[in-house]
Amino acid sequence: MHWAKLRDSMDRFGRPLDEGGGVSTAAPEILDVLQGFVHELRAAGLPVSMTENLDAMRAVEQVGVEDRTLFKSALGATLIKHHEHQRAFDTVFDVYFALVGPGADADAFADDGGPPITGELGERAAGGGAMGDMDPADLARALLDALQSMDRDALRRLASMAVTMFAGMEPGRPVGGTYYLYRTLRQLDLDGMAAQLMSRAAEAGEAPEGELADRLAQEEMQARLKELRDLVEDEIRRRLVEDRGVEAMARTLRKPLPEDVDFMHATKEEMAALQRAIYPLTRALAARLAQRRKRRNRGQLDFRKTVRQSLSYGGVPADPVFRQQRISRPEIMVVADISGSVASFARFTLQFVYAMASQFSKVRSWVFIDGIDEVTAFFQESDDITEAIHRVNTEAQVVWVDGHSDYGHAFGAFRDRHLLEITKKTSVILLGDARNNYHSPNNEVVKQIAARAKHVYWLNPEPRGYWDTGDSIVSQYGMFCDGVFECRNLRQLEQFVGAIIEA
Amino acid sequence: MGERFESVDDVIAKLREVDYLADANIAGAVFLADRLEKPVLVEGPAGVGKTELAKAVAEVTGSRLIRLQCYEGLDEAKALYEWNYKKQLLRIQADREHESDWETVEADIFSEQFLLERPLLEAIRAEEPIVLLIDEVDRVEIETEALLLEVLSDFQVSIPELGTIVGKRRPIVVLTSNNTRELSEALKRRCLFLHIDYPEIEREEEIVRTRVPEIDAALATQIAGVVRSIRAMDLKKAPSISETIDWARTLLFLGRSELDPETIGETLNVLLKYQSDLVKARKELVDPPSPGAIGIKRP
Repeated sequence: MHWAKLRDSMDRFGRPLDEGGGVSTAAPEILDVLQGFVHELRAAGLPVSMTENLDAMRAVEQVGVEDRTLFKSALGATLIKHHEHQRAFDTVFDVYFALVGPGADADAFADDGGPPITGELGERAAGGGAMGDMDPADLARALLDALQSMDRDALRRLASMAVTMFAGMEPGRPVGGTYYLYRTLRQLDLDGMAAQLMSRAAEAGEAPEGELADRLAQEEMQARLKELRDLVEDEIRRRLVEDRGVEAMARTLRKPLPEDVDFMHATKEEMAALQRAIYPLTRALAARLAQRRKRRNRGQLDFRKTVRQSLSYGGVPADPVFRQQRISRPEIMVVADISGSVASFARFTLQFVYAMASQFSKVRSWVFIDGIDEVTAFFQESDDITEAIHRVNTEAQVVWVDGHSDYGHAFGAFRDRHLLEITKKTSVILLGDARNNYHSPNNEVVKQIAARAKHVYWLNPEPRGYWDTGDSIVSQYGMFCDGVFECRNLRQLEQFVGAIIEA
Repeated sequence: MGERFESVDDVIAKLREVDYLADANIAGAVFLADRLEKPVLVEGPAGVGKTELAKAVAEVTGSRLIRLQCYEGLDEAKALYEWNYKKQLLRIQADREHESDWETVEADIFSEQFLLERPLLEAIRAEEPIVLLIDEVDRVEIETEALLLEVLSDFQVSIPELGTIVGKRRPIVVLTSNNTRELSEALKRRCLFLHIDYPEIEREEEIVRTRVPEIDAALATQIAGVVRSIRAMDLKKAPSISETIDWARTLLFLGRSELDPETIGETLNVLLKYQSDLVKARKELVDPPSPGAIGIKRP
């Protein structure tokens, strides 16, 4: 809709490109359309300032709208300033400037001018999209052909057919895109296709020899299948926009930025995004802290050194010397619940803390469910945090009786073994939702820990509203802590870690 | 308004002539930087050709490249201008005999000939076409960043003793950042943004073949495949494009025409620089745990 409108108005008002200069030459419609787009971006949580908005306008005047990719990259270069926002931008763009309405297919495909699908099948398919006489086996065969020769145009057309055939999309049905995607992919059976492609290659005598070649061939296959999957997803989104309109779709697709994703409800893809976001985030935090520290580093006047220095200026204290403040690096003990419900939260927190390890004088960590086990060694033995986390999940002895969270027992065991190792320099961080399965809380332990430690903090991955409901007893522990924090996403985690390093 | 390029395709074609293979995003950003007269902020992992881009643009536009390498502690005196204080002292001493009045001396010692140009001022006052590269801008402190703002938005510098110096001709300005810290919003707002990532496999293969023309086509394909495979692993530092090219050169030098696990094992240290990364990649590529454990089940 917006895409068609934009092209239309650009056509009518001629190409402002030739006239050059100010925004005034642009047609008001174009301005409107871009305004709407910026509005959607802001609604998706991307900050877009006034200047950026004007820049986008000028950029569009320069590149025009004939080339969609170019148009998109011009908007991208002017409107987004963080790489992490790229994905969100892509989604909003695809929806807002979706190729829909009459002539959309022509728009989508005619530009490429690719050769038609060859063979008898191609003729049938090209014959006005008559799907009736094409059965799934034909489609599968055509898809395999296209994948083997990596003919992208054919692949796109076939993906569109596959959606028509398998997704069973009905106008007005309030179902999300993922449902249709799932239905289409289940019918296409990508794993089966991969196997067939490999065996086809084997028949043609192109079978990879040796493990390395095998691995490379398989990765290539996966990359191609992913492309197909993306095409199917695009096609579904395009049709949904056609059905429901841009604004409605944009609303359903609005996804949180990685740092705002809730640990407890992250999908597999979001988890991967979180994983990637952690390291840059820790680096940024470390740099920020170092800077602040440097600024505050000036201590008291060092009188002795100032006098000594002044001798070279004939006794005038021209260059006062200050004492450098010693940087105190706190010692950290992390005690984390890793039972099912909060496992990913514990994982990210441990990862975050160890990525910041250089900021602490010492980091030790324990994990528990109803039993407790120290996992510090896993992190020390390997400088690869992911591998260490994997060992934590597979090797740590955390089950005592039945593998249901028992904070009381786990804390008791922790006290018996390690209470004396807690000193005035130690900050203890307890992680968990405090859902104790109605076991005895044994919250005396937290009091004893608090009496010895510098600070005790509790991080809870649940929304504040759920605390102390059901079997959650977080405030019974919280009463002895220096602070109980809600920590549901990376942003909150980063704030917390920054604060304890400063403390 | 700059007219160094006719269209985005023109940018791609020209950059290709100097062996820089730009994709549509990169070329688009360069084109807009020229037309909108805005600096481009280029972000991305180390070694994907951010600095190279500035050099290539300078080459194809026939401009002189002025480079400001940023580092912690960079200040006005190193980035913009400095008064040549020793020369000023000499001038004052030389003047003792003539007994000129102070006003004349002052006007004299704060004139052009006592000014030391640093890269930013040099770029502003240059007569010839210029590409200004501000490299690794994330290394300067936030306070120093502010110093760049006047230059980047208005392309002028204010020197209290001399007044405001306005640039004659807008150069193409490229800032690079490895993203070790978040740059200020004010800086980002003044720039176009370009993120360069590791290239797609086809483009990487093409880059290898362009930069190492003697290489065998099949080997280039294999190299790009193995590099993609390695980048997909969870490593501390993934191999960069420049490391891929180094690797290709190494293989060529060793006279290898095909990649097998042994060859990879011997030369992997060209691609990977951390011991733990080497161990991991070796485990996966050179001696995998059990045959066929990775990937898809065969029929």
